[in-house]
Amino acid sequence: MRTYFKVPAFSKRAWKVWLRNRDVFMKTYKVNFILPFLEPLLYLFALGFGLGRYIEVIEGMTYARFIAPALIAVAIMNSAFFECTYGSYVRMYYQKTFDAIIATPLSIEDVITGELLWGATRSLIHATIMLPVLAAFGLIELPSSLLIIPLSFLAGFLFACIGMCFTAITPNINSLSYPTYLFITPMFLFSGTFFPLTLLPKPIQYAALATLPLTHVVGITRALTLAAPSGFLLVSFAWILIVSLILFVLAVNLMKNRLIV
Amino acid sequence: MAEDLTKRFGEFVAVDKVRFTVHEGEVFGFLGPNGAGKTTTMKMIQCVSPMTAGTLTVFGMAVSSHQREIKRLLGVAPQETNLDPDFTVRENLLVYSRYFDMPRTTAERIIDELLDFVQLRSKRDTVIEHLSSGMKRRLILARALINSPRLLILDEPTIGLDPQARHLIWDKIKSLQSQGITIVLTTHYLEEAARLCDRLVIMDTGRILVEGRPDELVRAYIGSEVVEAANEPEVIACLARNGASYEVFGDRVQIYTTNPREITYTLLKECKLGQLTARSATLEDVFLKLTGRKLRE
Ligand SMILES: Nc1ncnc2c1ncn2[C@@H]1O[C@H](COP(=O)(O)OP(=O)(O)OP(=O)(O)O)[C@@H](O)[C@H]1O
Ligand SMILES: [Mg+2]
Repeated sequence: MRTYFKVPAFSKRAWKVWLRNRDVFMKTYKVNFILPFLEPLLYLFALGFGLGRYIEVIEGMTYARFIAPALIAVAIMNSAFFECTYGSYVRMYYQKTFDAIIATPLSIEDVITGELLWGATRSLIHATIMLPVLAAFGLIELPSSLLIIPLSFLAGFLFACIGMCFTAITPNINSLSYPTYLFITPMFLFSGTFFPLTLLPKPIQYAALATLPLTHVVGITRALTLAAPSGFLLVSFAWILIVSLILFVLAVNLMKNRLIV
Repeated sequence: MAEDLTKRFGEFVAVDKVRFTVHEGEVFGFLGPNGAGKTTTMKMIQCVSPMTAGTLTVFGMAVSSHQREIKRLLGVAPQETNLDPDFTVRENLLVYSRYFDMPRTTAERIIDELLDFVQLRSKRDTVIEHLSSGMKRRLILARALINSPRLLILDEPTIGLDPQARHLIWDKIKSLQSQGITIVLTTHYLEEAARLCDRLVIMDTGRILVEGRPDELVRAYIGSEVVEAANEPEVIACLARNGASYEVFGDRVQIYTTNPREITYTLLKECKLGQLTARSATLEDVFLKLTGRKLRE
């Protein structure tokens, strides 16, 4: 009698779980804010200004300008995904935090929803910190790039749900490296991040668009940082929204199957 | 409150058609060897583990349909420590109070009172990692009290504690009972059960073997006294001849009686044996008699 697609009965109490994670995060806020600040600089120097010297122009722009939106998209992906895989797994399995919370009026649906919203918030924080850095180098257009802030929450939620599904089915913490290497790393490389998707053979392009969420996120962030909208954005946006909803329902059900025995 | 309550994990029956009623204001104990199904029963009462069959109501509400309402009225101290290692003592309580929708100022006042109650005020800003296990158990008790529960569930509240810490927890349990809180506890410590519980059940392999008041159980199953003698064939034969109630445990025989003088006299006279010890019967004798001496897996 396992169910996978029952609509989760979560409540606004999920915010209590979000608050708990925020409180922990704020305990080490200095580190948590400085790292996302330094990370884009690292990539920009290595890829943009190092490798970029050999690539004069790519799609009519400098390489640094080309990869800037991809760096944001990757940060959105990593923040939420790792928060809701390793972070959530540690809270669930080692710290028994979920067990403690469900002994209160909160339900398991509230807990998982709160965790996912927190994962999305991590993405939002990370992306928001990167924007001024990239803007300082003149790599992104304003104000259109500001729309990345709400986008990062939505896209972060998607990656949080993906991570949580893996957390729900992983037999142990080490096995979380499978989705990391087999899913996240390829996505990092083949989503139009460091070279345009159009360089790939057509069937692979379609396969990437159908199965790799990051392609859609990169597509949108790039359109926003370059202030160059296209019709395909709506498709990408709809893709993210629909897949998020499906995976949200699946993530909560999988977690419930795992924890409520 | 429970009738034919059953819990299966796959094919395995962890709790098998148990039936019990806890009255308001009493301390009710679940006693049983490892794996008896005590924790599983507690988790069903807490609405965190769904039952497989039967009925279970808490304050008249069914656990399957009124989870939030029931959980609001419960305080739970689980067997396994699950304090939040990311926070200090006080923060643990504060974060927990939020789950019960308590306003911050009320919560802060109650937390100060609770920290005094469990004598942890001086540790309020210590991180969980730096607490001893006795302090952790006390903090768990304080956390269970944060919402002023009507029913307190304590799963092995004194496990692994030194005698001082155990006595402190016992005092706290008594004083909570006097405040009118109903308490359900599980334990392996028979002395603890005998001291604290108004009524108790002894469970083994998912079933309830007996239910009653500790002193009544002792009287009904053992008698008031126990005489111990060496396990030798002549002694056994002699006891059988006299129709005594006895049990063999390894190299000892225990004779249950209400009249130790007479038994001792008979044994000494008829059975020609040397060493005898007489003592009062305890709940431990009932427990071992009912659940056997075999070690549980
Ligand atoms: N999640 C689970 N999945 C499968 N079996 C379980 C699960 N939880 C408990 N059991 C089994 O149910 C039985 C009862 O376990 P329970 O934890 O209720 O015992 P207990 O009386 O609390 O024991 P202890 O005194 O050791 O705490 C045990 O045999 C245990 O192996
Ligand atoms: Mg137990």
